[in-house]
Amino acid sequence: MSAIDLAQVTIARGGREILRNISVNIRRGEFVGVLGPNGAGKTTLFRTILGLQPIQSGRLEVFGAAPRRGNPAIGYMPQTRIGQTGQNLRGFDILANAANGHHFGLPISSRVIRDDVAAALQAVDATELAARPIATLSGGQRQRLLLAAALLGSPKLLLLDEPLISLDPAAQASIIALIHRLAETRGLTVLFAAHDINPLLGVMDRVLYLSGGNAAIGAVDEVVTAAALSKLYGADIEVIRAAGRIFVVSDTADHHHECGHA
Amino acid sequence: MNAAMLEYDFMRHAFAAAGIVAILSGLVGYFLVLRGQAFAGHALSHVGFAGATGAILIGASPLAGMLAVTTLGGVLMGALGEKLAQRDIAIGVILTLSLGLGLLFLHFFTAYATQATALLFGDVLGVSVNTIYQLLLLTTVCLTILAVISRPLLFASVSPELAEAKGVNLRRQSLIFLGLAGLTTAACAQIVGVLLVFALMIGPAAAAQRLTTRVIPGLALSAGLALAQAWTGIALSYLTDWPASFWIAALSGGTYLLTLALIRN
Repeated sequence: MSAIDLAQVTIARGGREILRNISVNIRRGEFVGVLGPNGAGKTTLFRTILGLQPIQSGRLEVFGAAPRRGNPAIGYMPQTRIGQTGQNLRGFDILANAANGHHFGLPISSRVIRDDVAAALQAVDATELAARPIATLSGGQRQRLLLAAALLGSPKLLLLDEPLISLDPAAQASIIALIHRLAETRGLTVLFAAHDINPLLGVMDRVLYLSGGNAAIGAVDEVVTAAALSKLYGADIEVIRAAGRIFVVSDTADHHHECGHA
Repeated sequence: MNAAMLEYDFMRHAFAAAGIVAILSGLVGYFLVLRGQAFAGHALSHVGFAGATGAILIGASPLAGMLAVTTLGGVLMGALGEKLAQRDIAIGVILTLSLGLGLLFLHFFTAYATQATALLFGDVLGVSVNTIYQLLLLTTVCLTILAVISRPLLFASVSPELAEAKGVNLRRQSLIFLGLAGLTTAACAQIVGVLLVFALMIGPAAAAQRLTTRVIPGLALSAGLALAQAWTGIALSYLTDWPASFWIAALSGGTYLLTLALIRN
């Protein structure tokens, strides 16, 4: 049974085709790393699955149905972070609001919602953090709160848009371990967008590589090869494996930058 | 406090009008500060000045003129998108243009120099019973709308991407809220004048957000501070014979500075 099924899907934004004729099937319970250079369409793909971005052509199903806004089966961790505004608010209140914020009414929460928030906070080990104003939290601590927000309402699918950005290696390892443990125990399907493939080696079942409007999905050993990536990027790409790590390198400077390295 | 001040009609009117407006300003101001749109709120009051003076010029009620123009201005700002409402330069241009336009309208109607002062700096001791009823109606409408939208508004303000994914229409929230801010600005200007709306709309809300990290206590504190500052300001004005708007502005600014000094983030 598939969680997400894209068949010959084309997604355009502002008159530009971001993803062209891609076919990808993601099974329930799979942990998929979503890799690719900036602007390859990782965020656009997530927004499409969330029902925020229409598809131009093809067929897209999320748990067997057309994507729709506010789908409670999806937990989302956006790339632009909470805390741009409302820096002085404590995490708990932000989460409680996120749990039922799409309904009209006063910003007060029922017992049920407070319990849901408390459980989500406990699942990410952030109960104490949630009592503090978010301005005082580190990047990794904020990510834990965002992850808790994504877990509200017990979704079946997590869309995580670059949760590792601006985290140090220790914080990266701890957030990945946390997400992996949650996915295993709850049987969640996870799409994990990342800039660098290395932190995800060992936790992801398959990798979805996006570049130049194309997509390639498969086991790391199938997709992250010089031949497969060169075809995807339409440029000469070298893949170097050393010390248990993978380095994706191209001759042109900008590709070298985009592919990421440890 | 000197109870004799309540024997005067104009003082009772002042307390009633200021009390109504302070609570509205404190609550709407909380969201303005939260959304980082304080400057947009300030600009709305200047747009209101042009509206009020324009209304005087054509023989209409200044409050009606101000209400019409600030609401329109707020809705327009909201429709143009969150980004514009936070863009300092665009707002600054609208602000100066409106103030200049207001000045031009006044120029054509020189007899109303005192009215200009009242518009700019407020005239809380000159509030009529009729105005109190108008403010009460306005406040009831605004607070009802705010009560209905406050939860999605908070969501859209603090976590916009999540809110959008959950089905909240960000553009609509922004539009309704800035329209509401426009109405509140017009009400607030009746008490402290267009130049000092910051005193009731921004000062108490900003202080409240430094004093508590929780939403409901923050809203209550913001409204409470605005009310306390407005009433204390009027009482001090009675005792000293200095303008009430000065005292309200001083109390508002002083309270905020105190929270800055006492609480370090």
